[in-house]
Amino acid sequence: MKFSRRNFMKAASGALAYASAPSILATAGIAQEKPIVIGNILDQTGGLNIYSLQQIKTTAMAVDEINAAGGVVGRPLELVFYDSQSNNQLNAQYMTEALVRDEAVVVHGGVTSSAREVMRPIVSKFGGLYFYNSMYEGGVCDPRHVCPAMVPSQQLKPLVPHVVQNMGKRAYVLGADYLYPHTMGEWIKRYTEEAGGEVIQTEFFPLDVSNFASAITRIQAEKPDVVWSVLVGNAHNAFYRQYEATVGKDTIPLASCMFGIGREQTYLSADESAGIVNATSFHDGLETEAARVFLKNFRAYTGDESYVGDYGELGYRGVKLWALAAEKAGDPSADAVIEALPGTSFDAPGGKVTIDGQTNHAVMDIHLIRANREQGWDHLGTTEQLEPVDTQAVCSLGS
Amino acid sequence: MYDAIIFLYQILFSISLFILISTGLAVIFGMMKVINLAQGEFIMLGAYFALLGEVIGLPFILSVVLAMVGVGLFGVLVERLLIRFLYGRLTDTLLATWGLSLLMIGAVTTFLGPQVAGVSVETGRIAVGEVYSISVYNLYIILVAFAALASCWALWRYTTFGMIARAVMANPGMTSALGVDCHRYYMLTFGIGSAISGLAGAMLAPIVGTQPTMGGLYVAQAFVSVITGGELPFLGTLLAGGLFGTTNGVLSYAYSQVIGEIGVFLIAIVLLRFLPHGMTSQKGRS
Amino acid sequence: MTPKLSTTEIATLIILALASVAILAVPKFAGLSLQLDLSIIFVYAILALSMGFMWGQVGMLSFGQTVFFGIGGYSYAIFALNTGDTTTAMLLAILLPMLVAALLGYFIIYGGINDIYFAVITMVATIALEKAVRATSDPRIKIGDVRLQGQNGIAALPDLKVPWNPSETLFVTEVYYLIFIAMLLVTAAYALLLRARVGRVLVGIRENEQRIALLGYDPRRYKLLIFVISGGVAGLAGGLYAVWGNFVAPEMMNLNASASVVINVLVGGKASLLGPLVGTGIVQSLTSWLGSAGVGQVNVVLGLILIAAVQVFPQGVVPMVSAICRWGLGHLVRLAQPSRRASATGGKQ
Repeated sequence: MKFSRRNFMKAASGALAYASAPSILATAGIAQEKPIVIGNILDQTGGLNIYSLQQIKTTAMAVDEINAAGGVVGRPLELVFYDSQSNNQLNAQYMTEALVRDEAVVVHGGVTSSAREVMRPIVSKFGGLYFYNSMYEGGVCDPRHVCPAMVPSQQLKPLVPHVVQNMGKRAYVLGADYLYPHTMGEWIKRYTEEAGGEVIQTEFFPLDVSNFASAITRIQAEKPDVVWSVLVGNAHNAFYRQYEATVGKDTIPLASCMFGIGREQTYLSADESAGIVNATSFHDGLETEAARVFLKNFRAYTGDESYVGDYGELGYRGVKLWALAAEKAGDPSADAVIEALPGTSFDAPGGKVTIDGQTNHAVMDIHLIRANREQGWDHLGTTEQLEPVDTQAVCSLGS
Repeated sequence: MYDAIIFLYQILFSISLFILISTGLAVIFGMMKVINLAQGEFIMLGAYFALLGEVIGLPFILSVVLAMVGVGLFGVLVERLLIRFLYGRLTDTLLATWGLSLLMIGAVTTFLGPQVAGVSVETGRIAVGEVYSISVYNLYIILVAFAALASCWALWRYTTFGMIARAVMANPGMTSALGVDCHRYYMLTFGIGSAISGLAGAMLAPIVGTQPTMGGLYVAQAFVSVITGGELPFLGTLLAGGLFGTTNGVLSYAYSQVIGEIGVFLIAIVLLRFLPHGMTSQKGRS
Repeated sequence: MTPKLSTTEIATLIILALASVAILAVPKFAGLSLQLDLSIIFVYAILALSMGFMWGQVGMLSFGQTVFFGIGGYSYAIFALNTGDTTTAMLLAILLPMLVAALLGYFIIYGGINDIYFAVITMVATIALEKAVRATSDPRIKIGDVRLQGQNGIAALPDLKVPWNPSETLFVTEVYYLIFIAMLLVTAAYALLLRARVGRVLVGIRENEQRIALLGYDPRRYKLLIFVISGGVAGLAGGLYAVWGNFVAPEMMNLNASASVVINVLVGGKASLLGPLVGTGIVQSLTSWLGSAGVGQVNVVLGLILIAAVQVFPQGVVPMVSAICRWGLGHLVRLAQPSRRASATGGKQ
């Protein structure tokens, strides 16, 4: 942990940090044009902010880059930020404010499925456009909703067979007790069985549980080959510490589709995190030119040296995809952009991302990773251009 | 046989967690009748002091001491600046400490960031039979929880300080007429309660990590324990912690964590129904 | 406590009347987002009133009033989604919480649980229910055709339909009027209750429960009665919340939610009926304004305000403002009629 004064200044200066400087607009020659308002509703405060803070910054950075390059259809972007304070009721209020009062043509944001489901009806009611830059259980089929992040089938398709082959056939699954981990649990079971393994037990925990002693005892009694963690949030991080202190990954290895999403590997000790495998659409250890440039620009833009990760990159990806579609449409209004979205493609820091017109979800590269002892990830391989098949199975917007 | 050992260990560990997070509040609410809704944040602060200790390179045991001293002094400061204006105004302490709790969460997030940080203590594990193992650190937690409760009880029961402090809480007017500086005792009592909460936070840090919003996990449990404990704060906390810890331990071992938690709350409701003034109420007094 | 209206009551009525005119005129000149912001404040004001009345007038501190708020919201959600009948759903949102309040109230009030123990047991009730609801994430858990969805809550609830014409639904502005009128009616009902004989017994219970018992009233019956009524009012607020945002979630019942009801009441002042309304207005608008004002951590500002509030207006904002007004008014009257001092300052209860 660093006690950085610079970070504090950024946080304390609040919304101001997210407007492009007048000099940028002047250089790009768009200072006189009427700005296009885009909204960003994320949790700067409250328990969910570990997932939001980097995304707030990368969203602002994307807007800045677009403005410096001449804006969208020759007009500058103006980012209005709303802190939903980890409170769904505020999500509802701010979504209305953004669409009605501030006349945002697109709103990015929301971390949890519940926040998204609260905001989506409002977007429909007022005919807006909404980018949900977050992993979730999949299945939303709504022309006004775009999700450029991984859904379960994309993340688990390369991950589960790897785990079954390299770690063992008998799996024990622990998850947080809400919709997403329940869905993940089902997909883990399905892919594990397809790969010739079995899930011997699945157990869910309320988000505020931090004592895993009894669960760990049950794991020891069942003697699985591998333990899956779909645990989420701050309290659940305690599991990784208690597991290492009691059982140890040298005895029974850990796989997870959540570990690292909240940057867990940066605050656990090397023993506690090293060896956990996961799959993601972006991580800081990615050895591609696009990833290196993105990280360099991020550090220069924010002065923040810490891990950016998937949730950070998603905000950037969302805004860029939107801007490309708006440019393609030649019109930033919601309906025009919705028309133009299918097939819009962006070479994101994590690889090429294309909007799938059938679902408004995305086709993307998935990277298999393993936590190392230096708070980062070892890259195990990349599966290219995976389709969101689970959502495609239940959704066809194009037809 | 090994199953039985593990079972007993689970229950004991569960009980000690209740005791650990409640003892500080037992001092502050039980003795002083201050509804400290920032109790969870005092625990959080203790965890951050333990982290500070690790950052500056102290051995863990000194980090724990640092946390006790740090949170204790912080408690004294809070008492001087905030609480002392509110004695006898039970519900105002509630509002003020809720404000304090928000302020502490916000300030820690602003200065140290929202992310979880960890304190690492390598203590190893011991095998129980072929199948099971126990983290040695959890055994320390059991030890420290009971030791903290016992020392508080001894401090108030057997020392001159404790005797005068009890007199001050029971009848400040009379005690100050006898020449005792009551303010000092209020300040020290609040400080000691805070220090114990700091100790709890520091001990919890290696197993749950540190995070600005972690206090919310503990405040309800602590209040339920202390209040169902009743008029004798330390014996009450022991009994309530024992009952709730056992309930939680047995139910989560046999069924699931949720059933364990809900079971605790249901037992608390039923208990208060039949013992409306807690487990250690002294009958006949109004 | 005279049948005649006191100066405070007259002042309250005047303020309410002026505020009502202003509030009813809002949709004429302000946008939908302001109407939404105000609607949710009114919803919380109704909830705060249900808690503030019990606390301020009867001395019962219900720290878990959100248990009824939550049951109300979920009743509306589950019934409306199952049947599409939103009118009955709204009635259930009032009746089911009353039923639960009757059971819980009988259990605790007839058990002789008072003061802080009453507060804790109600708090425990709301947390226990919240945890139970959060444990329903398994997709197989349903009531009728509706999945409870645990932590995620239930979204996309149907809009409220016009009772006599179910093909028409209420839009933002109509919901705004509806919630506001509900708030006025609830306030008026509590005011009338207070002026009735029952109300005087309730206030008597706050002042001296034993004496009331000796006068031949059974305080437990009256306490149970007001607990059930307030449970219904909190349930109504929960139902309106579900209508307002088309969603319900377990966080309606968590510790933060239940504490913020208490905070709203304390900030406004619990002694009058106006207090909870004003307090809710202040705290809620601060919270939502701070979130978009770019102040960094909202908690820091909110925390400082709460701490300052306790020190500066220990009785709440409303009593302080009215004391200032009375003082100012007293001066004016005194200037005009120097000889009739005594009567001019005699407005104190």
